[in-house]
Amino acid sequence: MKLLARRRAVNAAMTVVTGLAVVVALVPLALLLWLVVSKGAAGLSWTFFTHLPTPVGEPGGGVGNALLGTLYLVGLACLVGLPLGVGAGVFLAERGDGRFGSAIRFTAEVLSGVPSIVVGIVAYGLVVVPMRRFSALAGGVALGLLMVPTLARTTEELVRLVPGSLREASLALGVPQWKTSLRIVLRTALGGIVTAVLLAIARAAGETAPLLFTALNNQYWNFAPDQPTASLTVQIYNYAISPYADWHQKAWTAALVLLLLVGALNLTARFLTRSGLPREQR
Amino acid sequence: MDALSASPHRPRNLGDRLWGAGLVALGGAVAVVAGVIVLALGRLTTPLVGRVHLLEFIKGQDWDPVASSFGALPFIYGTLVTSLLAIAVALPISVGLAIFMVEIAPGRLRPVVSFLIETLAAIPSVVYGLWGLFVLVPWLRESVEPALAGAFGFLPLFQGPQIGLGFLAAGLILAVMILPTIASVTIEVLKTVPVTLREAALVLGATRWEAIRLAVLPHARAGMLGATLLGLGRALGETMAVTMVIGNTPEIRTSLFATGYTLPAVIANEFAEATSGEHVAALAGLALVLFGLSILLNAVARLLVQAVKAATGSVG
Repeated sequence: MKLLARRRAVNAAMTVVTGLAVVVALVPLALLLWLVVSKGAAGLSWTFFTHLPTPVGEPGGGVGNALLGTLYLVGLACLVGLPLGVGAGVFLAERGDGRFGSAIRFTAEVLSGVPSIVVGIVAYGLVVVPMRRFSALAGGVALGLLMVPTLARTTEELVRLVPGSLREASLALGVPQWKTSLRIVLRTALGGIVTAVLLAIARAAGETAPLLFTALNNQYWNFAPDQPTASLTVQIYNYAISPYADWHQKAWTAALVLLLLVGALNLTARFLTRSGLPREQR
Repeated sequence: MDALSASPHRPRNLGDRLWGAGLVALGGAVAVVAGVIVLALGRLTTPLVGRVHLLEFIKGQDWDPVASSFGALPFIYGTLVTSLLAIAVALPISVGLAIFMVEIAPGRLRPVVSFLIETLAAIPSVVYGLWGLFVLVPWLRESVEPALAGAFGFLPLFQGPQIGLGFLAAGLILAVMILPTIASVTIEVLKTVPVTLREAALVLGATRWEAIRLAVLPHARAGMLGATLLGLGRALGETMAVTMVIGNTPEIRTSLFATGYTLPAVIANEFAEATSGEHVAALAGLALVLFGLSILLNAVARLLVQAVKAATGSVG
């Protein structure tokens, strides 16, 4: 009986240990979120969203150009990344069961692990070298290429959630395959595809490394695709590694703005998956 | 009648044929992206080919762009040390968390914890770096490093000046960042273990922990190795957070308190300012090394996870 008592004690101890692992894993999250919110909120003001950055010591100023730059870069990235990523995802879901499909799926999975800074160098080689200057376009291409593999896999998963019975019902009525795919399967999966796109956009908006030597940075407003462009993430980085307390404060506030942006995209995506799927799948 | 005879892989009318071809072309785009990455990296590296021997590049310890001396070893060393440290910290926590989530946690707790883990994964790298620089580094400098030096100071790992920045800071911040990857893949893998295995162990009188240790974990071992390699792949390529806390000195030091450098960090710091063609080529060469490492790790990891899933598919 002593043995049984010991075995039970080990069982209880391991239950506690694994439970503690959950707590330990979540402590940094709590600390980080609390700190960003408490430190960042101090610098929030209307001018922070609308004004250009000011030099050290000058009061006021904001990250308006960087915020707009992030949106601009993500927009350019979508032009490159969405057709390729969503298209490849639809291919994987609709025709991806053969050998070619498996090879493409595997390639996408492996590519999704390629470090973002490597993709930045690729965009440098593709856009910056021929154009001989850093540009918003190069940043957009970097973020767009980065989107493709993950977007393809998420799109596939969400399109595959459409019940086979819907497709069969349509085919049984004599509707051709392509019409069934477009008007039945993809229309049903639209909510899922939008979710996948939002998640990809959220990821792209938080990227810094591939922008350092593609979009570079800019102290002013920029709308030209062939000029360097500021972004929220690069701005946070520059403020953080500067030696000025004033700029550190701005880094925290900009980080809060970035977290709110990324968080809003992620929450919208979650909400859409829950409400956008056909009823059987809820 | 026609609809019945048409198989999904043999489109019969023009629209179907076009749609099929269009889809295949879109799928092929992924392969094109892969090709473009390899070609672009290769082309940027060419100025170095013939001038610097590959082995010398990888084994060289001296990195001095002004003197055209390019040795990658300090960066490879820093990348490996920080990544392995991150795995050593994150793996036990992730596995514990995954076991708790799959085997122990009440049903209502699961969606909450998985939402929080997803949040951890969604936080941008530069925000981790900001937090690391202003919170983690001072904490290490003032509390953790003196304590470690006091307790284990006889080991060369914990000697030298305690400045906060360095391998230890980079490894810990990486651990936080790769934890969601390892945990979520491990959870996925544990879920594929057939319930009959657990039941068999429990019915023989095993306690819950014994069932986990004797029936569940051995079955999931290959998948957990895959999860670890995926985490390692992520740690190798992580750039911003590491750049901000590692100190950025191209030196090989034994002490975890010492500052160092990693492959992604040196690319991030020097690429935009690299003026000579050779410097750009050397940095692109580092990127190629990084690319090769991450492709290798990810391919092996995915194959392991796939194999586990396929094996379970036929059993249960």
